[in-house]
Amino acid sequence: MKNWPLWEVFIRSKNGLHHKHVGSLHATDATMAMENARDVYTRRSEGISIWVVESKHITASNPEEAGELFEPAQDKVYRHPTFYDIPDEIGHM
Amino acid sequence: MSDKQMNNNELLYNYLLQLGDNSLILGQRLGEWCGHGPILEVDMALTNIALDLLGQTRNYFQYATEIEGKGNTEDDIAMLRDVRDFKNVLLVEQPNGDFAYTIARQYFFDAFHYLFLNELKNSSDERLQAIAHKSIKEVKYHLRFSSEWVKRLGNGTEKSHQKMQDAIDDMWMYAGELLEESPIDKEISLLNIGVNLNNIKDNYFNNIKNLLEEATIKVPESTYFQKGGKEGKHTEHLGFILSDLQWMQRTYPNMTW
Repeated sequence: MKNWPLWEVFIRSKNGLHHKHVGSLHATDATMAMENARDVYTRRSEGISIWVVESKHITASNPEEAGELFEPAQDKVYRHPTFYDIPDEIGHM
Repeated sequence: MSDKQMNNNELLYNYLLQLGDNSLILGQRLGEWCGHGPILEVDMALTNIALDLLGQTRNYFQYATEIEGKGNTEDDIAMLRDVRDFKNVLLVEQPNGDFAYTIARQYFFDAFHYLFLNELKNSSDERLQAIAHKSIKEVKYHLRFSSEWVKRLGNGTEKSHQKMQDAIDDMWMYAGELLEESPIDKEISLLNIGVNLNNIKDNYFNNIKNLLEEATIKVPESTYFQKGGKEGKHTEHLGFILSDLQWMQRTYPNMTW
């Protein structure tokens, strides 16, 4: 079971929201990953939809590349929609 | 209250115990896996199922105390009866063994439980209808869990296949009692309160046959089944389960948390 692949679990807590990463688990196949996710992550009514994906299929950004990836955005304040008045009714954007 | 009604209440009371005891004892058995599961995820799955079963037990026992009307509680029913008063089938009291044994026991029970609750939804008793509707959602998942594991082990390695085959062979003699009518089963199904087990018998054995074939497991041929649990005649295991389960109440009578 040390050889069992790792899976990442995403759960949608209610309709209209998007799936959110909640953690990972071990399973031999997708069916088992789905069952395990159900048992480990939805015991307290956390969700209405589950996605599982094998961790190896996720390509992650390299922390060492944070400079070129993220820093250039920091001084481009005009990209943020802060110059508009947003009506209160819209709520959180 | 007429004699007829009194008899029906007594019958229903005993029927509720018969149903609740199956869930209670199997739940207790599965609880033994807590902290000992083969992997963390399966550990949680087994104890989840145990808790589902315990919740179902409470539904049956709470109703039973209302029918009885003597002021007893669900805990009195669970904690203060002795071996001979328990009406669960022999299957559920069998030891966990290795994981394949636990899965074989679970699968035989789930395959029955699902068909049973599906029929119980049509009970003339509204409370039983409601319990059936609530429980069947849980049991549908239990069946999915145990079926998948039978297939997985059966189609797995040579070793997992052999372990699954051994477990199915050894548990088989306890599978038939679930469909065997006790006098209580017979009478209560005539009143349309309980399930007529003959209605689900063929489906039960067909479903098992189909799943085992899918799992490349040989279907045992014997049609001789152990029985007696429903009438209080148990294997030696139940006494040990009860001494675990009831220890606190027996040692410190009436203690509460």
